Amino acid sequence: MPTEAAGRPATLPRSRGGDGAPALPAARIVPDWLWGVLLVMPALAMVALFFLYPLGLSAVSAFQGRDGGWTLANVVKAFELYSLDMAFTLAIVLLSSALVAVLSVAIGGYLTLGENRLAVTLLRWLYRWPLFIPFIVAAQMMRSFLAKNGLMNNLLIGSGVIEPLQAASLLDWRGVVVTFVWKQTPFVALMVAGAMASLDRSTIEAARDLGAGRLRILGEIVVPQIRPTLTVGLILSFVTMLSVMSVPMMINPNSPTMITVDMAYRINAHGDYGVANALGFVSYAMAGLVGWFYLRHGVRQGGAR
Amino acid sequence: MTSFIPTRALAQTFAWIPRGLALGVLAFVIFGPLTNLGLWAVAEKWYFPHTLPLQYGFSFWERVFAPRSNAMASLATSVTIALLTVAACLAVSVPAGYALARLRLPWRGAILLAFLLPQAFPSVAVYINVAHIFYTLGLNGTVAGVVLVHTVHGLVFSVWITAAAFGAVDRSLEEAARDMGAGPLRSFFGITLPLAAPGVMASSIFVFLESLDEFTGTYFVGVPDISTLPLLMFNAGMGGNFQIAAITALILLVPSVGFMLVIERFLKADVLAKVGH
Repeated sequence: MPTEAAGRPATLPRSRGGDGAPALPAARIVPDWLWGVLLVMPALAMVALFFLYPLGLSAVSAFQGRDGGWTLANVVKAFELYSLDMAFTLAIVLLSSALVAVLSVAIGGYLTLGENRLAVTLLRWLYRWPLFIPFIVAAQMMRSFLAKNGLMNNLLIGSGVIEPLQAASLLDWRGVVVTFVWKQTPFVALMVAGAMASLDRSTIEAARDLGAGRLRILGEIVVPQIRPTLTVGLILSFVTMLSVMSVPMMINPNSPTMITVDMAYRINAHGDYGVANALGFVSYAMAGLVGWFYLRHGVRQGGAR
Repeated sequence: MTSFIPTRALAQTFAWIPRGLALGVLAFVIFGPLTNLGLWAVAEKWYFPHTLPLQYGFSFWERVFAPRSNAMASLATSVTIALLTVAACLAVSVPAGYALARLRLPWRGAILLAFLLPQAFPSVAVYINVAHIFYTLGLNGTVAGVVLVHTVHGLVFSVWITAAAFGAVDRSLEEAARDMGAGPLRSFFGITLPLAAPGVMASSIFVFLESLDEFTGTYFVGVPDISTLPLLMFNAGMGGNFQIAAITALILLVPSVGFMLVIERFLKADVLAKVGH
């Protein structure tokens, strides 16, 4: 009991006035933060067991030989075989993210600042369609749509936009970028548009009264305020695109391809966990770079507040 | 003054040219691939250089919807796995979301970030090792193994959206209930949870769809016994059977597009703005 009495004053100053009302005794004995930890624990345990542990295992086995000793052989071999694919992966994901950023700000901006109600309604109805279309379905769709004899070329030839000889298959890096942008833009645009909708309109109206154009309002007033949401959305899509195996597998299976395809190949064809994990380590490094950027950004944000 | 009004009307009419063009291109980009999929689903014969299918019919649908077909078995497996995943996610993320929204937690930001990790790291290498571990535990090729993988993947949606939904509930309502003598559990189940229900529902639908559409984890952990719809579609598409692939894809699309049409009823702007904060 004395320890309990001693523990109480430490927790009291931090609680708000309303908590002074009589509560269940149990709530008093267990400090507030401990309840929080207990409630969060099962969810955290899931992440620890089925994500962090295999993640650690993959990072460790990237640097272990088949005999269990430490070695750099896997990493060296991964770079020897797949350095082109690594550059290819990074280029595709960066390009797609940039396009997603531009398009989603454009869509969100028009939804927020657009003056024609009909056009805004049409756009709102139109842009979200790919949002919940699974990657694998999008991949299959694009595989038949972008092929040399796919519907896109057929329609372009049929309407006289291109000659039959000009029809080219887009089933290479372009197809992967198209599929990624097609699939991810609505996701980021939905987040961005939501953040823009909850902005305080008064600064926008003030700028408009002062004669600022819509592009300027978007660039100088709206986008800076929703930047945290945009960044979170872009990081989520960056990593999603880095992890999606089905799209490159179905659209661009030949070399150079993305390292996810290489990892599956090392496992399925060779049972080579060492090189596969080394490739995984490279993909972590790419994601880590973005995460580091986000944390820095978040710290700067926190400092500004 | 007389010439001002027609000019403005004219300008408004002409403003529809770039607007209409942009919306038209967007519509083509979005619906082109979808139309293509729809055509493949009803095409009996379609080959180069014909713009449209030569013959339409439903014989492939009969094959897919035959009671003992692979597709029906995969659909049942997919739905079972998705429902179990939602249950598992809710069981851990309702308490976690409440704690993150309401209680003083040490390292709150780090905890939120921990749930993002499964989506914030490229997952293929992790799945390879999960499969390696599950193989020794006898979980490879079982529904339980796939559910565990999908649950961890879905936690970011369920925890973050649930926390945002709890955070958007007006605190003073809870305090009023507490002042009137309701215990913490009663005020949670009587006030907080019902008010946050649309957000919790939205998070569940996200988890359900995420599980229904998940491919990579199932590809590595589900082998050789678990075949979900995405795996069936992948095999059909890679095998060149575009009709079966298109029909399977359409089955996958129904719940997804249905949700898209109603999402804003569940996910209000005030909740959306709090996600991840």
